[in-house]
Amino acid sequence: MATYNPAQSQAAEGPKAALSRRTTRPYVNPYVGAILLGIVLFLSFFITGNGLGASGGMNRIIVYFEDLVAPTHIDRTPYLLEMAGGDKNALDSWVVFVGIGVIVGGAISGWANGRLKFVTDRGPNIPVRLRWVMAFVGGAFMGYGARMARGCTSGQALSGGATLSVGSWVFMIAVFAGAYALAYFVRKLWN
Amino acid sequence: MPTFPLPLIQLFGQGGAYLIYLAIGIAFGAVLEVSGFANSPKLAAQFYFKDMTVIKVMFGAIVVAMLLILLASGLGLLDYNLVWVNPTYMWPGIVGGLIMGIGFILGGFCPGTSLVAAATLKIDGMFFVLGAFFGIFMFGETVSLFDDFWYSSYMGRFTLQDLFQVDAGVVALVVVIMALFVFWGSEQLERIFGQKDLKIEPRWRYGAAGIIVLVGIILVVIGQPTTEDKWARMQTERETQLADRLVQIDPGELFDLMRNDRLKVVMLDVRSEADFNRFHILDARHILPADVPAALTDFHMEQENTVFVVMSNDEVAATEVWKLLVAESIPNSYILGGGVNAWLDKFSSDDFKAQYALATNIQPVGDQLHYNFPESLGARYPVSAPDPGLFHELEYESKVVLEIKRGPTGGGCG
Repeated sequence: MATYNPAQSQAAEGPKAALSRRTTRPYVNPYVGAILLGIVLFLSFFITGNGLGASGGMNRIIVYFEDLVAPTHIDRTPYLLEMAGGDKNALDSWVVFVGIGVIVGGAISGWANGRLKFVTDRGPNIPVRLRWVMAFVGGAFMGYGARMARGCTSGQALSGGATLSVGSWVFMIAVFAGAYALAYFVRKLWN
Repeated sequence: MPTFPLPLIQLFGQGGAYLIYLAIGIAFGAVLEVSGFANSPKLAAQFYFKDMTVIKVMFGAIVVAMLLILLASGLGLLDYNLVWVNPTYMWPGIVGGLIMGIGFILGGFCPGTSLVAAATLKIDGMFFVLGAFFGIFMFGETVSLFDDFWYSSYMGRFTLQDLFQVDAGVVALVVVIMALFVFWGSEQLERIFGQKDLKIEPRWRYGAAGIIVLVGIILVVIGQPTTEDKWARMQTERETQLADRLVQIDPGELFDLMRNDRLKVVMLDVRSEADFNRFHILDARHILPADVPAALTDFHMEQENTVFVVMSNDEVAATEVWKLLVAESIPNSYILGGGVNAWLDKFSSDDFKAQYALATNIQPVGDQLHYNFPESLGARYPVSAPDPGLFHELEYESKVVLEIKRGPTGGGCG
């Protein structure tokens, strides 16, 4: 289906410990994925009034542990206070449960489709360790930017896009602009 | 009144509501996984035009969800007022988006997809998740340094249909056409840069394209319900409430609500500015009926324990505004029974009445003050803020029942 070549990207890899003996199935056609994701997103809005989210849940998990270690620090920082000030439990929020669901759903689907294996996906010309470093660095940028933008690709782009929020559409353009602008300079990472 | 979104907590309790969110998350994670979003080189290939799965799935999902949301709202099944629309903070969104773009191309994931990648045991996904946790933590620790920026360019609930001043259906149709163009362009790019054979693409996608265009046209034709449509749907039920005087609260009840620390009372004084300046209840907010529609989004953002009380001189103007509020599903809306006149009757002293009250036989009919104030003292009369010491254990029939709010107040990726 896709043009991307698995042999190229999942280059000869260290230990590939498949946790299920199921044969690896191909990914679904992107348009099928789009329709399924659209229906999930719609049902979320239809039933709950909320969209989807991922970074918000991760945020609250971090703040929960921060609150265990340094509750007074939380109470002095307005941004953190809103989530975990005083008696508030940072985990007491819908978005945390969506986040946990994402992990569970991803794992179930990966298992059912024979894709549950320890592997480092990377471009053909990048060493495994450098890929790990870049994943961490990219994650840090992503996490920081997602909180600044008040939502990630799920909470802003998908949810706000479907409800036609102006800010979310502009945000979406900014994400793609940022990535495309840098793509050429880091092409060695992926090609 | 539209049934959806459901009052989850009322129906299933807090635990049940969280189980529903968990189920939604599971479906979300599974769909991301089967679409290949746990595979970083596949995601990154988007930025080298080799594999446009990211844009196809994202834009396609947005289109499908948008059409279904507007269709459900157009048919009166879903209350769009109660659907969370990400508030616009323009510049933080742009800067945050650019930073995320950098993270995307360096790390190969976004937060949601990295969770799925880590869940399917991809080691690069796990490192990305750790990095995302670190970035999120750093944001929490540094946001106080640029608070002013982070709260700047706030535009509230601001949709594309507000921006372009057209019906939501028109926006939807334009978005559909844009999406089809993007899908076509993506396939061409995949053919050129990814050496992909377009013949293996499924033929049914043309049919799907036809369906979304058709739904877009249907949305333009049926339109979105206006306030009048919404009122018409609930008219019978609400007229009965008005006739049974279930929503007209006694001035005494308002007085007690104002002093109830567990509630926030928003008093909307919808009289003319002249009357408002002559006399009003302390902390009442002056708003002309014509300005109420523009204020609805703010009212929707009020906290859960907010009670809205509309008042005019008697009840006529207030009742009209109340109809608007309930039609636009503002929770906990009430009318001050008997209006400002009843308030004055109840809380003013005999001296005050002797000085200002019009004699019963010359009291004007219609929505007029029954008092004559030679000076415009606003809220500086004692009766604007009656002394609780003089008025305790007031007798009235209590009518305010707090509804549990449906839909989100603080949603988004919060």
